[in-house]
Amino acid sequence: MNVKSVLTKYAMTIATVIVIIFFTVATQGKLLFPQNVNNVIAQNAYVFVIAMGMLLCILTGGNIDLSVGSIVGLVGAVGAILMVNHNVAIPVAMLICLVIGTLIGAWQAYWIAYQRIPPFITTLAGMYMWRGLSNVILQGLTISPMPDAFNNIFNSYVPDFFGGNGFNITCFAVGIIICVAYIGAQLSARAKRIKKGYEAGSFSAMMAKTVIICAVVIFFMYKLAKYQGIPVILIWVAVIVLIYTYITSKTTTGRYFYAVGGNEAATEMSGINTNKVYFIAYTNVAFLSSIAGFIIMARLNSANPTAGTNYEMDAIASCFIGGASAYGGIGTTTGVVIGAILMGVLNLGMSIMGVDMNWQRVVKGGVLLIAVIFDVVSKRKSS
Amino acid sequence: MGKVLLKMDHITKTFPGVKALDDVNFEVQEGEIHALVGENGAGKSTLMKVLSGTWPYGSYTGNVIYDGEVQKFKNIKESELKGIAVIHQELALIPYMTIAENMFLGNEKGSKYNINWDEEYNEASKYLKMVGLNESPRTLIKDIGTGKQQLVEIAKALSKNARLLILDEPTSSLNETESMALLDMLLDFKKQGMTSIIISHKINEISYVADTISILRDGSTIGESMVKGKDEITDDIIIQRMVGRELTNRFPKREKKDFSGAPVALEVKNWTVYHPLYSERKVCDNIDFKIHKGEVVGVAGLMGAGRTELMMSIFGKSYGTNISGQLYMDGKEIHPKNTREAIENKIAYVTEDRKGNGLILSNSIKINTSLANMAGVSSKNGVIDSDLEYHVAQDYAAKLHTKCPTVEQNVGNLSGGNQQKVLLAKWMFADPNVLILDEPTRGIDVGAKYEIYCIINDLVAEGKSVIMVSSELPEVLGMSDRIYVMNEGRMVGELSAEEATQESIMAKIVSTKDAKSA
Repeated sequence: MNVKSVLTKYAMTIATVIVIIFFTVATQGKLLFPQNVNNVIAQNAYVFVIAMGMLLCILTGGNIDLSVGSIVGLVGAVGAILMVNHNVAIPVAMLICLVIGTLIGAWQAYWIAYQRIPPFITTLAGMYMWRGLSNVILQGLTISPMPDAFNNIFNSYVPDFFGGNGFNITCFAVGIIICVAYIGAQLSARAKRIKKGYEAGSFSAMMAKTVIICAVVIFFMYKLAKYQGIPVILIWVAVIVLIYTYITSKTTTGRYFYAVGGNEAATEMSGINTNKVYFIAYTNVAFLSSIAGFIIMARLNSANPTAGTNYEMDAIASCFIGGASAYGGIGTTTGVVIGAILMGVLNLGMSIMGVDMNWQRVVKGGVLLIAVIFDVVSKRKSS
Repeated sequence: MGKVLLKMDHITKTFPGVKALDDVNFEVQEGEIHALVGENGAGKSTLMKVLSGTWPYGSYTGNVIYDGEVQKFKNIKESELKGIAVIHQELALIPYMTIAENMFLGNEKGSKYNINWDEEYNEASKYLKMVGLNESPRTLIKDIGTGKQQLVEIAKALSKNARLLILDEPTSSLNETESMALLDMLLDFKKQGMTSIIISHKINEISYVADTISILRDGSTIGESMVKGKDEITDDIIIQRMVGRELTNRFPKREKKDFSGAPVALEVKNWTVYHPLYSERKVCDNIDFKIHKGEVVGVAGLMGAGRTELMMSIFGKSYGTNISGQLYMDGKEIHPKNTREAIENKIAYVTEDRKGNGLILSNSIKINTSLANMAGVSSKNGVIDSDLEYHVAQDYAAKLHTKCPTVEQNVGNLSGGNQQKVLLAKWMFADPNVLILDEPTRGIDVGAKYEIYCIINDLVAEGKSVIMVSSELPEVLGMSDRIYVMNEGRMVGELSAEEATQESIMAKIVSTKDAKSA
C-alpha cells in the first residue's frame, strides 16, 4: 500500500486527529482535560448508539430514518410516566419501552420493506407522529427527576477496586488488558492464517496499526483514570459498537445489508430475501433509538416533550462523515465511530472556545458537506 | 423515385476493441421504404446512430451525405432539424405526461416562459389523426398500450416535419393486428412522399413493405441492396446473407452425444408466463422442454423471443405473473416460489445482465463469489469465516483463470470477461445441478469466450447440465448437444446437433412467423 492510498483510506481519521490537535492548541490544552475527554463520550453516547442503526439503513441504499429523534422522545415519555408517575419497577418499565420502540420500528419497517413506501416519507411521517404522541403523553410537561436507580444504570462510574487516590487504577488496568487482548487476538489470527496457508498481509503494517490503536486506548484510559474512572455509558457504547461491528463484518445478515445497497437486483437473484433485509434495518434502528431514549432520560434526569429533537441529523451526519456512501452499500462501524467522534470534538471544542451556538451549526454543516464531497469525488476519480 | 436522399459512404465506426461498422455503404432513394436487415449485433442500430448524430461527426470515418450535402451532425437535435427522425426500439416516452406533452417535449409551443397549451394540444390532435390514433392528446402515456405509444412516437416525428423516418424494430412489442396497421401506415406515408428506413429481422414484414432491402452482417454490408421487382428476393436468400459466416475452430472439443437415453435432470411442462405489467400479455406460452444429465442444451431465438423471461420464471418465479405449469427435478415435482428455493433445488441462473442483476460492482470478487451460497462460508448461526471465504474465492479465481491481483479487488474494475467468470464462480459455488446460462459470452472478447466454453465443458463433464441461452447462433451450434428454438413466447423447434445449422434454425423462426401472419 502506498502513501496515497493510506491517506485516502484513513482520511477521516487523519482529519479527526488534525481537528483534535487544532482544538487542543486553540483551547490551550483544555480539550484534553480528563473531564472533557469523559464528556466527549458522555455527551455523544446517543449519537454512537443511534448511528449504528442508522448505518444499516444507509447501507441498504442511502436511505435514512428521520423518525429516530421522535422515537427517543416517545420512549422517554413512556418511561418517565411509568417509572415516575406509576412507580412501575425499573426493569419492567424499560422492557415495555423497548417493546414499544421496537414495535414502532416494525410498523415503519413493514411499510418500507413489504409495501415499498419510500423510507424518507415513511419515517418523516413517523417523525411527526411519535413527536406528537410524546407531547400528548407528557401533556406538554417535563417529568423529573428520574429514579436514581435508573440514572445509575447509565450515568455512574465503575468504582476503583484498588483504591487509587485521584487516579483510578481499575480504569487504567482495563486499558492495559484491552491492549494485551487486542495484540493477542491480532497475532493469533495471523498465526492461524499462516498455518492454513492463506495470505496474511504485511507484518509491519499490522504492527503499526496495532501500536497506534493501543497508544490511543492507553492515552484515553489514562485520561479517564485521572477523572472518575470508566463511565458506565462508555461500556454501553463499547458493547453496542462491538456487537454491530461484529454483525456487519462477520455475519451473513450483516453482509446482506451491503449486498442490497450494492445491487438489490443481484442480491435478490442470489436467493436473498431483500424485503427482510429492509425490515431488519428499520426495526433495528428504532430498537437502538429506544436505548438512546434511556441514555438521554438518564443524562437529563428527566423526560421532556422536545427530548431527542434533531438526533436523527447527528446520527446521519456521523454516518456520512464516517465514509458511508450516500448511494448505499459502503460504510463501516469504525468509520461511523470516527465520524461521531469528529462531530463530538467539534461540538466540545467550539463550546469550550465559546463559539456561538449558531456558528457551531454553520461549521458542522460545512464539515458534513466537505466529507461527502470528498467521498463522491474520490470515488469518481478511482473509477 | 430515382433521387438519392441519403448516402452513407464508407462508414467505419470503432468502439474500444470492436469494429462495429466496417466500411459500410448504404444508399436510400427518396420516397422508398428501405429495410435494413441483420442479426443481433450486426451493426444496424450503430449505423442509424451515426446517421442521427447520436455518434457525432468525427467519432466515425466516412461521410453521411443527405439531401445532396455532406452532413456533420454533432447531436440528434441537428439531424432532427434536417428532417431525420429516429423511433427507437425502446420507447422514450414519459409515462406520467400526456401525449401532447410528450410529443412536444423540448419543442414546446409558445415561448420559453409561457407555454401555449391550447396550441400544443390542438397541434397534437392534428398529428394524432394523421397516424390514425383515436385518443385525446390529454391522455397520459401510461394509460395507453405499447402499440399506441409507438404511434405517438411516430406522430412526434411527424410534428418535427420529418422527411426521413427511421424505425428501429417498430413491431417488436406489438401484436399482429397492431403490426399490420403500423406497416400499412408506412405504405400510406410512402404515397405522400415520405421516405422510411425500417430496421427489422422479421422477414415477412420486410417482404410486405420494403422496396429495397440491405443486409448487414458483422458490421459490413453483404452484397448489393436488393430491389423489389428487380432482384429475386426469397426468405432463403435473406437468411443466408444474414447468417452465412464461416464456423471456424472457435470452440473447445467435446464429443457431442445423443442424450435421449440418459436420466432427465430438469423437465418443464406446460409452462405459461404472463407479463408482470401487462397481465393480459403472454410472454411464454405453454412451453415444454427438458434437459438430461451431462447435456448442453442451446436455446436459440431472436431478441424478445421470451427466452430470458422463460428462464427467469423457472428460476424461482423471478419474472412474470400468473405462472403456471410443472417443474420436475430428477423426476420429482418441485415448486420453487422464490430464488432461494430455486437455489435449494439445485438450479442456478447466470443472468444475461452482469451489471444489472448479476454482480455487485462496488464489492470485491470475494464477496460476490460467496453471495449465492453464504451458508457455504459461514457457521450454522450465520457467522462468516472470512478466511475460508477468501480461500474459496481464490480457488475459483484460479480454476477459472480470472485475471485479478487479489480477490479483494472490486468487481467493477475487472474486464467484462473476468466479470463473467466471477459471475460463473458465484453460481458454481452455489453447487447447482442445472445451470442456466443466459448470454454467457455477451460483450466479452474471443479469448475469454473460449475460456467460458471450456468451463461449460468441464461442468457437463462433472455430470451437471447446462442450458445455454444465446443470440449468437454459431455459439449455440458450436456448444450444444441439442437445440431448442424459441419464437414469440413459444418453443417452435427442437433440433439435434446434426440437424442444426444456422439456416435450419432461422428457417424455424421464420416459418412460425409466416404461419402466424398467414
